[in-house]
Amino acid sequence: MRLEFTEEEQAFREEVRSFLRERLPPAISQKVLNGYELSREDHVLWQRLLHERGWGGMGWPVQFGGPGWNSVQQYIFEEESALAGAPRLIPFGTKMVAPVIMAFGNAAQQQRFLPKISSGEEWWCQGYSEPGAGSDLASLKTRATRDGDVYVVNGQKTWNTLGQYADWIFCLVRTDSTAKQQSGITFLLIDMKSPGITVRPITLLDGGHEVNEIWFENVRVPVQNRIGDENKGWTYAKFLLGHERTNIAGIGIAKRELQRLKAIARSERKAGRPLIEDPLFAAHIAQVEIDLWALEITNLRVLSAERGAKAPGPEASILKIRGTEIAQRISELAMRAVGPYALPFRREAMEAGWQADPAREAPGPRYASILAATYLNQRKLSIFGGTNEIQKNIISKMIVGL
Amino acid sequence: MNFEFSDEQQQLHDSVDRYLSEQYSFDRFRTIAATAAGWDRAAWSGLAELGILGINVPTEYGGLGFGPLETLAMMGACGRSLVLEPVMSSAVIATAVLSALASSQAAADLLGQLAGGEKIAVLAHFESGSRFDAQWVTARARRSGGGYVLDGHKAVVMHANAADVLLVSARIAGEPHESAGISLFAVPRDTPGLLLDVYPTIDDQRAADVYLKGVELPAAGRLSAEGAAFAAIEAALDIGLAALCAEAVGIMQALLDATVQYVQSRQQFGQPIGRFQALQHRIADMLIHVEQARSMSYLAALRCREENVVERRKALSAAKVVVGQSARYVGQQAVQLHGGMGMTDELIVSHWFKRLTAAELMFGDSDAHLQRYAALTR
Repeated sequence: MRLEFTEEEQAFREEVRSFLRERLPPAISQKVLNGYELSREDHVLWQRLLHERGWGGMGWPVQFGGPGWNSVQQYIFEEESALAGAPRLIPFGTKMVAPVIMAFGNAAQQQRFLPKISSGEEWWCQGYSEPGAGSDLASLKTRATRDGDVYVVNGQKTWNTLGQYADWIFCLVRTDSTAKQQSGITFLLIDMKSPGITVRPITLLDGGHEVNEIWFENVRVPVQNRIGDENKGWTYAKFLLGHERTNIAGIGIAKRELQRLKAIARSERKAGRPLIEDPLFAAHIAQVEIDLWALEITNLRVLSAERGAKAPGPEASILKIRGTEIAQRISELAMRAVGPYALPFRREAMEAGWQADPAREAPGPRYASILAATYLNQRKLSIFGGTNEIQKNIISKMIVGL
Repeated sequence: MNFEFSDEQQQLHDSVDRYLSEQYSFDRFRTIAATAAGWDRAAWSGLAELGILGINVPTEYGGLGFGPLETLAMMGACGRSLVLEPVMSSAVIATAVLSALASSQAAADLLGQLAGGEKIAVLAHFESGSRFDAQWVTARARRSGGGYVLDGHKAVVMHANAADVLLVSARIAGEPHESAGISLFAVPRDTPGLLLDVYPTIDDQRAADVYLKGVELPAAGRLSAEGAAFAAIEAALDIGLAALCAEAVGIMQALLDATVQYVQSRQQFGQPIGRFQALQHRIADMLIHVEQARSMSYLAALRCREENVVERRKALSAAKVVVGQSARYVGQQAVQLHGGMGMTDELIVSHWFKRLTAAELMFGDSDAHLQRYAALTR
């Protein structure tokens, strides 16, 4: 038993670091490190830079144009990327639909879609949840009926992340309503430019637009855009959800945000002394740092047990629950660190380059303006990707066997 | 021992509750929140007609001469309706500080105008370096000619944009952390050298950072005895803290009710999600938090005028710890149990959650009061 990575893995880490030093645009990393929103262009540019290095299909095998990394290498890459302030990879293309296309798509689909996912030329989004089908995804109602060589799709998807940027959407649709729920679902790839698709923004509690409702009205989808067999979509969906859970703990991002929290606590003053010297606040930081350390080791144990390339099993639920709790706690402490200056909320201050009226001082320190909004926004973490309650069901059923 | 409202208090509670249910809908809140001013003069007049603006003003100045229990009786409904008008800032805190200083003619006159809602005043006291330590005042007042000149910066002054008059604390003598040497001044909104940087807060209220640059005031602008305003300011802040606890409890109850309703109606896996025991237990925990917070909001109301300052501070800090922690738990879990819907701007749930989050941070968060309580009781 040893804690250190192998020499090869450490050399790989150095390789990732030097790439990030050379290629990550400072204009982007400054936004990430300060918690500002990224534009579509920022994400696309970063995906293109990764692609140019041969890392566009991060978790992909070599035969599909990926670098062929194992799960430990992917972990190292994501950790170093987060610490350097690289954008979080938008998972819908590279990590979600691509593995499905590789495993269950035909050669034509693989050739058509994978290269443009890797290069960032095509942005993907997810059509899973519906107003009546959230935790109970298999109860979805969006219908696809066969009409010659097309499916005609009608229905509504919701909680669609960044669909306003997307070129393509992968969807679960019901093709057989007579079969038992899981057996009548088909997996379709749909061009977002298709007539009959309407994307409506959902404004979240922080004022941001990151999720949408998507309406399908007689949308015609060529049968050639079906993945695998009709009515076998649930199998592919479960496979996809397994891949969604790689790097689910978000260790790198949590480490970065913890550093930022400490920087804020060093800068803030309480009774004339740095806040980080306040025993109670210091204990809060220490507690979350220790929790994160424990989760990191748990995560490494999971990785070590599966040094191959297979998707993580139900233990990913442990990582999801603790990872989201830790991220939420860090954002909460950062908000509390600035005292009364957590209250002012200027939506425009979440955009990089915003300046307060220079004739006046900004209300509080520059970094304070987005901390409460971030705290509010991070409440989503324990809801999306399978609520933490559903994750606990998975643990008690799949790991414990209750 | 008796925890019932008197008939009169119950009547007040019911009338405010009914009025706001009818007149201050979520739609109205959204409409007002979206305006530049962030508050509505017609709504303010309505509250004045209802009589609640004079609750804390003594009868000799034209008010109703009520106190913290009547404030408790009305604040829950104000919270539930997310009232954006400066009820807390002007009708509770400003009236409290002016009542304590009413031997000054200027304070007495202003008090009369606040009672009927003709004018709005807010206390501009906390500063950027204070982190809600009430004694920390660095704004300076110096005598000049027959009056005063004020310089300084007040942080996150709630509803300052709505105020006709700001009640500004400034130090005439002493060091930043000393309670002696603080005077209180009435600064009309249009006084040259008074600058407001107005912004929305996370819960769609309005606040401002207030800058005083060579603000000249006549001698009558000083409301307190020279250098002796701290006791009145602290007393007013404590009355405000008790009102904030009551407001938060009203919101928590609303969130609990909404969450219960949601889990009973939301169907997943062929049944209402409220049938799942994990969620039933969560609701039970929310209810325990609400009841504990309610108990402490009563304590805060009953003790916020206690003359023994140490006992008063203990009770109010204990109340803020429990109410703050409960606000955090109930707010977070209400969002969680609503799932994605709890994250949306469209539902009132997220707005209640944000108001509770703000309430937890105002007047010192739970940690600050936990530490103060520990220091008072060791």
